Amino acid sequence: MKKDHRWLESQGVLMSVLVTVLVLVGGLVEIVPLYYVRSSVPPIEGVKPYTPLELEGRDIYVREGCYNCHSQMVRPFRDETERYGPYSKAGEFVYDHPFQFGSKRTGPDLHRVGAKYPDSWHYYHMLDPRQIVPGSVMPKYSWLHQNKLDTSLTKKKMQVLRKLGVPYTPEEIEGAQAAMQAQAGGIYDRLREQKVENVQSDREIIALIAYLQRLGGDIHWREAQQP
Amino acid sequence: MNYTDPAPVSAENYDDDTVRGFVFFTMFWGAVGMLAGLWAALELAFWQCNLESPYLTFGRLRPLHTNAVIFAFSGNAIFASVYYSVQRLCRTRTASDLLSKVHLWGWQLIIVLDAVCLLSGFTDGKEYAEPVFIVDQLITLIWVVFGVNFFWTLARRREKHLYVAIWFYIATIITIAVLHLVNNLSIPVTLFKSYIVWSGVQDALIQWWYGHNAVGFLLTTPFLGMMYYYLPKAAEKPVYSYRLSIIHFWSLIFIYIWAGPHHLLYTALPDWAQTLGMCFSLMLLAPSWGGMLNGLLTLKGAYERVRTDPILKFFVVALTFYGMSTFEGPMLSIRSVSALGHYTDWIVGHVHGGALGWVGFTVFAVFYWLVPRLYGTRLYSTKLATIHFWTGTIGIVLYMVSMWVTGVTQGLMWRAFSQDGSLTYSFIETTKILFPYYLVRALGGALYLAGLLMMVYNLVQTARSGRATNPPVPAESVRPSRLEQV
Repeated sequence: MKKDHRWLESQGVLMSVLVTVLVLVGGLVEIVPLYYVRSSVPPIEGVKPYTPLELEGRDIYVREGCYNCHSQMVRPFRDETERYGPYSKAGEFVYDHPFQFGSKRTGPDLHRVGAKYPDSWHYYHMLDPRQIVPGSVMPKYSWLHQNKLDTSLTKKKMQVLRKLGVPYTPEEIEGAQAAMQAQAGGIYDRLREQKVENVQSDREIIALIAYLQRLGGDIHWREAQQP
Repeated sequence: MNYTDPAPVSAENYDDDTVRGFVFFTMFWGAVGMLAGLWAALELAFWQCNLESPYLTFGRLRPLHTNAVIFAFSGNAIFASVYYSVQRLCRTRTASDLLSKVHLWGWQLIIVLDAVCLLSGFTDGKEYAEPVFIVDQLITLIWVVFGVNFFWTLARRREKHLYVAIWFYIATIITIAVLHLVNNLSIPVTLFKSYIVWSGVQDALIQWWYGHNAVGFLLTTPFLGMMYYYLPKAAEKPVYSYRLSIIHFWSLIFIYIWAGPHHLLYTALPDWAQTLGMCFSLMLLAPSWGGMLNGLLTLKGAYERVRTDPILKFFVVALTFYGMSTFEGPMLSIRSVSALGHYTDWIVGHVHGGALGWVGFTVFAVFYWLVPRLYGTRLYSTKLATIHFWTGTIGIVLYMVSMWVTGVTQGLMWRAFSQDGSLTYSFIETTKILFPYYLVRALGGALYLAGLLMMVYNLVQTARSGRATNPPVPAESVRPSRLEQV
């Protein structure tokens, strides 16, 4: 072996080819079946693409790097299902580009946070986390309440996602602006009902609330738990 | 047997200007990246450190820290070490001066662009793959420049035999290219916003296949290559076992690739993929320790010098941390251990054991050896280097121990149940209790950064006492046979 290898060590090209083949094997064996074995990601009924407003909210979530402190992946342990809700299933993430499972919980998991709190909770919490949760180390995100939501790219974003297999219809893409205004109006009304002052429906915080309230709700588990 | 040997010389000179450029930027970005890390650590202890600025929240600063220390500090250090050692091992000047310049300055441009993007909120949102679409394309371009320059240099070599360090460099260049391309395959909305073609669980698997092998092929294989070139030089001893280097090279690169799914244990990833990841992670212990032992045993007969030579001290501790991290990693890959450790600061401690101990200390060892040679002089202060060594070591220990305590505390508190069957602790209780440990961690990080600054001063003084030269390439092989055949 030693002698043969000695010869190989003078063959730069052959050596590089061997390295390439070796490092490709593991990745191919693990990744390719995920695309061809249907049982790998069982489809879940009721899982729908994000609405345009939720999509914009999700992009804000990504922009602010929330995944650095919050996971979106409830593991199948009693303490986690007790704390957060039903454990996460593969089929719930099929429209997530990119995935946001996260790897660290400086703050709690967020996959089942949707509909856990009223909209006003999130509104105030993003303004000053310690007002809602004393002792929290989360930064204040007050600019979300000031910045106007940029919707100039929403249509284009939906078109790109459609190319990637997210089933947005051409009508949905065309009607994105109207749909966003309608959903934002609903959140605005709820915030006003909950006595929040100085709300404006065209701010980034509205989109983020839309996204957070949507999280983990496609399987309708909260409804199922209601007596 | 360095270049001052009175051997007959060929017409060309080594290009050490490029090496000096990469050395300079390694030190510069190292200081920036570690300062960002220290600041991020302080933000977890004192939320006020976020300064209510959108540009400096933990969510944006932490990616800046990881990108800066991985791609800027480690990246530049790898390039410096590769450009220096490959020229010597191939006994030829780097193939193209133009490509070397494009590589040097292109990489710094990428870093600046990436830093501005990350702080402004332009990110791909995948760990260690945050650079946005346009930066991804630039990385691809510069990596190709590096690859062409490297393989072209190999093609021009005057030594037939490729030394083991070069095998590791080859694996690095090829594998990082594959990982980067696949994990960043996306369709752009603008130059700064794109959507990855993979989604959900598939995206997660590809991300951690990338993420784990960024550790494997950017923070391990090039550093093993550096260890194989610079450690025998510094110790003036041949590599302990030639046979072991062959075995651990091939097994390491083959097994590493499979281990990614250990980042996704107990998630929605299919069980078979999780099990594969766990098994290969356990197997990875063997080749990793093969490399560590080959390094440590190379010092056989030179142990006496470890007491006095800070370069060897750095190497010994780097290899020890390599051994420790590659033991801890497989242990954390066992499902039941991961159940406790995942999502906690234990993982943060684990990665810093490898990053501060193995990667950082290897860079320090190599540079303390290299910089005096790049300027034809002696190290300005051996004493200061020794102080750096102890400051850094204490810093790492404080960091790791505090993160172990933090991680296990979090993990146990999250899963604690009271007798009535309800959760014992609310989430915020598990956060508040960590404050003192976060302070200790920040202190550890501060010591480590202080050590780096001592090194910067030491190396600047060293450079000032010498003269930058590009020594001639020897016309005949000056390679000591003892390096090759043991």
